[in-house]
Amino acid sequence: MMDTLILSRIQFAANISFHILFPTITIALGWFLLFFKLRFQWTGDLKWMEAYRFWVKIFALSFAMGVVSGITMSFQFGTNWPGFMEKVGNIAGPLLAYEVMTAFFLEAVFIGIMLFGFSRVPNWLHTTATFLVAFGTTMSTFWIIVLNSWMHTPQGFEIIEGVAHATDWWAIIFNPSMPYRLAHMLLASGLTVSFLVAGLAAFRWLLGDRKETVRSQIRVGLGFAALLIPIQILAGDMHGLNTLEHQPAKVAAMEGNWETQSNVPLLLFALPNGETRQNDYEIGVPNGASIILKHKAEGVLPGLNDFVAEDGTVLHPPVGKVFWSFRVMVGTGVAMLLLSWASVALMWRRNAQGKRFQIDRLPKLLLIALVPMALSGWVATLAGWYTTEIGRQPWLVNGVMSTTEAVADVPAAMVLSTLIGYLSVYAALLFAYIGVILYLAVKARHGAPLDEMGPTSGGAVVDVIARDDRGVVPAE
Amino acid sequence: MTLFGLPPAEWLPIVFAAMMGFSILLYVILDGYDLGVGILTPFAASDQDKDMMVASIGPFWDANETWLVLAVGLLLVAFPAAHGLILSTLYLPVFIMLIGLILRGVSFEFRVKARAKYKNLWNRLFFLGSLMTAMSQGFMLGLYVMGLQFTLVTILFSLLCALALTVAYAFIGAAWLIMKGEGRLQIDAVRWAKECIWGLVVGIAAISLATPMVSARIWDKWFSFPEILLLSPLPLLSLLLLFILARSFKHLPDAGDNWAWAPFVSALGLFVLAFMGLAYSFYPYVVPEQLTIYEAASAPESLMIILIGALFVVPTILGYTALAYWVFRGKAQTLRYD
Repeated sequence: MMDTLILSRIQFAANISFHILFPTITIALGWFLLFFKLRFQWTGDLKWMEAYRFWVKIFALSFAMGVVSGITMSFQFGTNWPGFMEKVGNIAGPLLAYEVMTAFFLEAVFIGIMLFGFSRVPNWLHTTATFLVAFGTTMSTFWIIVLNSWMHTPQGFEIIEGVAHATDWWAIIFNPSMPYRLAHMLLASGLTVSFLVAGLAAFRWLLGDRKETVRSQIRVGLGFAALLIPIQILAGDMHGLNTLEHQPAKVAAMEGNWETQSNVPLLLFALPNGETRQNDYEIGVPNGASIILKHKAEGVLPGLNDFVAEDGTVLHPPVGKVFWSFRVMVGTGVAMLLLSWASVALMWRRNAQGKRFQIDRLPKLLLIALVPMALSGWVATLAGWYTTEIGRQPWLVNGVMSTTEAVADVPAAMVLSTLIGYLSVYAALLFAYIGVILYLAVKARHGAPLDEMGPTSGGAVVDVIARDDRGVVPAE
Repeated sequence: MTLFGLPPAEWLPIVFAAMMGFSILLYVILDGYDLGVGILTPFAASDQDKDMMVASIGPFWDANETWLVLAVGLLLVAFPAAHGLILSTLYLPVFIMLIGLILRGVSFEFRVKARAKYKNLWNRLFFLGSLMTAMSQGFMLGLYVMGLQFTLVTILFSLLCALALTVAYAFIGAAWLIMKGEGRLQIDAVRWAKECIWGLVVGIAAISLATPMVSARIWDKWFSFPEILLLSPLPLLSLLLLFILARSFKHLPDAGDNWAWAPFVSALGLFVLAFMGLAYSFYPYVVPEQLTIYEAASAPESLMIILIGALFVVPTILGYTALAYWVFRGKAQTLRYD
């Protein structure tokens, strides 16, 4: 029988893993929608409106999934982790309050106008609503990343009678890891949506959907992916260096490095063994890790054995999980780089009509590969969060409070039964979500392209032909 | 910074308790009507009416639910000790409510986006989610009134509250539909409102009777002189509103549709009055008879920084919420993305 602590951790991990899937989409998809809408306004080309119409449905669905799973988490602080707010509530509280006040309401109110207000409000207001929803999701990211980063690199507070009190809000908000983590997450969201757009459009293409909007979506997705991935690799590298400075134990686990030493290899494969405190079946590039993290082969990197207390208490994270999560993230990133750059290079070649950037220049195999890559952003994002969050263990707030201290005194059986409840609901919803997205793509294939927009009144575009859109209207 | 001669450690908890109370009240009214509409969906005469019922709350439900996030957020940030105590006691009903909120929230989207053959399934989940949410909230209200103790009596009382609040939500949902609906739907809504008003009456009566019974402190707060005189407007106004409701049902739906707003506004008044009574009873406790708002409050410097933000942001929120209600004013229309 597992204890309350481990069950509560699994429960929170399940909730937050399920939750992050959807914000990862909506953060960047909001900006993609604004992009599609503005492109339509500037060019008048209906293919952009079709793209908007298609993706706004997926946005609405993802947004709802994100909202409901987010509410769950705000309650779980109290139901499962009351010690967290009791100890650091003076710091976490205002940050969460600002998230609700500056982001949640903004998104929640304007998404109504964005989704259903198209024919009710002037066009500028609809565009503004789209902007505010995208802005709201980004503000939400900012505040939650501030809090999360503070848990990794806490500063600007003092402990009085066992409770943290804020002394410098500027230092709390702009804590050392915040800018790196924020950039890394926003780019991750951008990449997730780039591959989602390209992948789902490739799926439609492979089904035989040759509409202009499908071509444009593949181009836009791959273009943004090719643009963002090198920036992401750079941001990730800088984030790693920042982690080395502030959380050396986490980097030691990521590299699978047990002893503090120079000339640390970059391990491609290894099975870190917590019992014997060494790696089994190690395959590595000599000096690789030292060169990446210290920019010279002789660079000395901290080892895990430095983080064991005199009495034998382990103060570093579980090595295997962090080591492998990190490799899954990096591996997915490399796949993203290869695929997006190869696609752009192939499309650079002129087609028979002498045009560049034509989808027919892409080999079918590459288009097939793009389909599963639609979810590559999810894989990389989850793996990245596992790396950083498991990498913070055994601490909840690094050096300030351990995870054990925060857990609620709830019977293990209760946590277990609710955990099973959450997991079943989440599994069913994830299944339904992916099913509906594929169904929307299949259905869009049968729709004719928009060939006209109705008259505009008072600046608002009204009465758009809705023949490919019956599914949206509740009364079919 | 002193206010009315009080140091921050004394006035900040009052301000935050008021803000939290305001959020809870807004939540109960706003999500109350949309949960109520969800609970009524199986009784719709036709599939079109069902769609129209969902359409009447579609643009609003998300923002309505955000008041719950703000309320629990304020409990979390302003009274962290109480947050942990209340929520770990209410572990199971909170779980049921969260599953309900999840099912309901996603059903809005899935019921119109999934294949047509699954629409009925999502409609049923929409109803089930609304029901679970309402029932668990009523149960938690009852248990809170009973001082968060689990005994046979308190559980039976909480179950009564669960039933009463669910029916009361259905009532305010029906009142919303009288305002937003037309034709057959509006006629049905008037009937539903008549059939469900007992939920509100029983709920208010049960809690009004139980609270002074449970606590001698609350008894003294109400039934001593001159308090009883000063408080008498609460029950008297409630009776007046019930009278207005009973009268309005005789004439609704009226020919020119001029009075369709009356039941909703009266329902709103009843919820506000009931809430004021509860707030008066429990002040200054945030966990009944165990923890006062002063004992549970966060550090003044943290509350102050939230308050400064709230002074700017909350009026803005109310402003753009009003904009959304104005944009979607009038009778509900089919929801379309174009």
